[in-house]
Amino acid sequence: MRYIPTTSADRREMLASIGVSSIEELFADIPESVRSRFRPLGLPSRSEMEVAAIVGDMANRNKPTDAVCFLGGGIYDHYVPSIVGHLSSRSEFVTAYTPYQPEISQGTLTAMFEFQTAVCELTGMELGNASMYDGATALAEAVLMAERLRKKGSVAVSRSLFSHVRRTLDTYCWATNLEVHEIGYLADGTVDLDSLPEELSAVIIQTPNAFGVIEPLAGMKERIGDALLIVSCNPVSLGLLQPPGAFGADIVVAEGQSLGLAMGYGGPLLGLFATRKEYLRQMPGRVAGRTVDVDGKTGYTMAAQTREQHIRRQRATSNICTNSAHCALISTIYLATAGADGLRQVAELNLEKAHYLAEGITSIEGYELAFGGMFFNEFIVRVPGDAAAIHDQLICEGFAVESPQALQALGLDNVLRFAVTEKRTKKELDRLIEALGGRR
Amino acid sequence: MSTIFDCRCSEEVGGLFPKLDVPAQGVEQLIDPHYLRKQPLRLPNLSEPQVARHYTKLSKMNFGVDDGFYPLGSCTMKYNPKLNDAMASLPGFAGLHPRSDVSRSQGALQLLFELNGFLRGIAGMADVSLQPVAGAHGELTGMFLFKKYFEMRGEHNRKRILLPDTAHGTNPASATLAGFSVTEVASDEMGMIDLDALDKALDDTVAGVMLTVPNTLGIFETNILQVTEKVHAAGGLCYFDGANLNSYMGKTRAGDMGADVFHYNLHKTMSTPHGGGGPGSGPIAVSEVLADYLPVPRVRLEDGHYALDWDCPHSIGSIHSFYGNFLVAVRAFAYILQLGDEGLREVSENAVLNANYLQERLKKTYPLPYDRLCKHEFVLSGKDVAEGVSTLDIAKRLIDYGVHPPTIYFPLTVREAIMIEPTETESKATLDRFAEILEIVAREAVEDPQLLHDAPVHAPVRRLDQTQAAKNPVLTYPFDE
Repeated sequence: MRYIPTTSADRREMLASIGVSSIEELFADIPESVRSRFRPLGLPSRSEMEVAAIVGDMANRNKPTDAVCFLGGGIYDHYVPSIVGHLSSRSEFVTAYTPYQPEISQGTLTAMFEFQTAVCELTGMELGNASMYDGATALAEAVLMAERLRKKGSVAVSRSLFSHVRRTLDTYCWATNLEVHEIGYLADGTVDLDSLPEELSAVIIQTPNAFGVIEPLAGMKERIGDALLIVSCNPVSLGLLQPPGAFGADIVVAEGQSLGLAMGYGGPLLGLFATRKEYLRQMPGRVAGRTVDVDGKTGYTMAAQTREQHIRRQRATSNICTNSAHCALISTIYLATAGADGLRQVAELNLEKAHYLAEGITSIEGYELAFGGMFFNEFIVRVPGDAAAIHDQLICEGFAVESPQALQALGLDNVLRFAVTEKRTKKELDRLIEALGGRR
Repeated sequence: MSTIFDCRCSEEVGGLFPKLDVPAQGVEQLIDPHYLRKQPLRLPNLSEPQVARHYTKLSKMNFGVDDGFYPLGSCTMKYNPKLNDAMASLPGFAGLHPRSDVSRSQGALQLLFELNGFLRGIAGMADVSLQPVAGAHGELTGMFLFKKYFEMRGEHNRKRILLPDTAHGTNPASATLAGFSVTEVASDEMGMIDLDALDKALDDTVAGVMLTVPNTLGIFETNILQVTEKVHAAGGLCYFDGANLNSYMGKTRAGDMGADVFHYNLHKTMSTPHGGGGPGSGPIAVSEVLADYLPVPRVRLEDGHYALDWDCPHSIGSIHSFYGNFLVAVRAFAYILQLGDEGLREVSENAVLNANYLQERLKKTYPLPYDRLCKHEFVLSGKDVAEGVSTLDIAKRLIDYGVHPPTIYFPLTVREAIMIEPTETESKATLDRFAEILEIVAREAVEDPQLLHDAPVHAPVRRLDQTQAAKNPVLTYPFDE
């Protein structure tokens, strides 16, 4: 097999030096009663060329580029500058393990430190970790952390969380016996904090929310008493919007896919996690810190490891070990490439184009925005007649649009959700408007 | 080490994104100014060559599998075939939105469906979920399944998980996170689970055990069937940590040993790259009794079409945003497809051969606390190699010789542990050179220990001040300095 360099002569020599006569003898410690049950897959070995053809055919059956993408809901079709893939796929980054030996992991560690800094800049927080699996598990871990700090046994969650995030959160809360109260929304699509229960460990808000609506974070922290304010957000929107940290958020999480990652059918993704400095000891996940070596030279190492499972075992703040380090590197290179100006430009393009499309669609008889609140790069439209039929028609005409069925989890009927990124051209936006029966 | 925040900003950047091609309304018209960012983001605006130089420089301060020998025990740092990366970057996979209509994602669903079948077969178990994205995430999902199982049976008293004292740190952390308490079971003098201690610990408050097979000493639990039978007889379930699958893949199966949950680490065994700490993929295989509780959605094949099935009333729910780390799954799928049964078996045979070969040679120089046949890894001790020299010193000296140090100070049952896992992708010449280096270092430890205390000297930085990093943590760039 081409990934094994050992020759048969080597093998004979090695067996002799171990003092056994066959490879089988090396497996003599596995009970025969176990080994006799073994059944192979019935899978032949294949050449690289054959595998490339088989897997290539599967990839071709997906044809994402045949359709103009208006899908969103947490994952967006953003442009990724060429340099991002080139630099991030250097094998020194790709084939390294977790930086347990800092002297030969300065590349990974420096990038982690840069990532943590960028996350804090984006979110307006003091402290960020080196990544979580995805936005959904980052939020779940934020809730567990809030519960460790407040110990009230219950949390309140806005109804307008992305359904995939809510599903994940519900699983973690069920498993840890946390009660989840749902908070509703007002006619404009923003959260309704009026009937908030008391004695909560955390209040969880998403902005822009699943309706695309930007939540008014100002004053929210003051209204929720002793509970921690956890905000889940879209990092690209923070190129433009005031960060949650400026409104007193205690923990900010985000799905980082928008920052230069492939959509990749939803994985790997990138969980951003930021909080206040005072909560460092309760924070989950790895973190890199700056220090000096014996010669006084600046270097980076993993810090605050006494929170982590490999040291703390059952008393760790989380069980997380492998995270999304390489995705964090990609997003750091993306942010370094775009810079503050580039990220702002992306955010503006998203904002303007989404509004252009929304106005085009709502100028069609019978179509209206479901919510009056301000939105960023996606929005929900109430449609005349059968949303499923309109959806199916759009799919046939070469648009990728989310199924209205998926939006029923949010309690919405007869609606469609559209997301618009910088990649959508005016021509594509006009074509969608026309497909729905507008302009011309 | 300078960071991007130390770079001098360029004036003329931009040019990445086109100008707005729809009539501009103006940000202030669309967003209430109260909601807009007040302080500009402190992300430098750099020219592309600056970015290229900076990250190329950083990459050169890293050590990966492509750079040299990486015998990090428990981590299976084998060579990562480039074909797999190429397959994962195909636009039909990389550009696919997770909310795509199933009519446009048939190829992706087929891959998930077929990989699921491969992983069922390799583990010899009833069903698989590809949703967990890391080994520890698989453990957590497995513990959620345990919880659900006992909830459904109304056995609310089963709150304890038994763990051998050699377990990975993630095991107790995962069990605790899922609401279980942890009871450690001692190993016997052979490094295996003490059956008497197990008997004493088992009662009707035990939800199950978490085992690593072979264990973290690299030793196969020859009593594995007795262990799982005892646990099942006591009404408990058996969790198998699959971190060490590289030692028996294609030769024997977790399901045949009595596992109820077995987690894969695709980023170890199936050669997907570890990326400096992630992303990984931690699918779980389960026995019949847990299959109904697996996370949603499930991928089904109905009338020749693949579909996502959300209608699983007993499922624990979702544990990740979508379908797990799909692009990692693509890599693992390509790997298994290329290897076939024969290749899978050759992997574990050569991994075990390499480990035993190294163990046999190195035990003459370093104490080997459990001197017996090992599987894919073994644990030496750095204690008593020389007066005043620690395992850390030995590890750091290895860096000067151009190899990545093994895992050190784990498992906790061996003092000054040095845990070596060579993997199957290393040649005899590499193993010989590594053994020679460890022998040289052992001599140096006696003759000139200062060489070890000072090490590394041939690395981008020398030993770092961990005390300062812990006492006065600097975790973000100090803009104000």
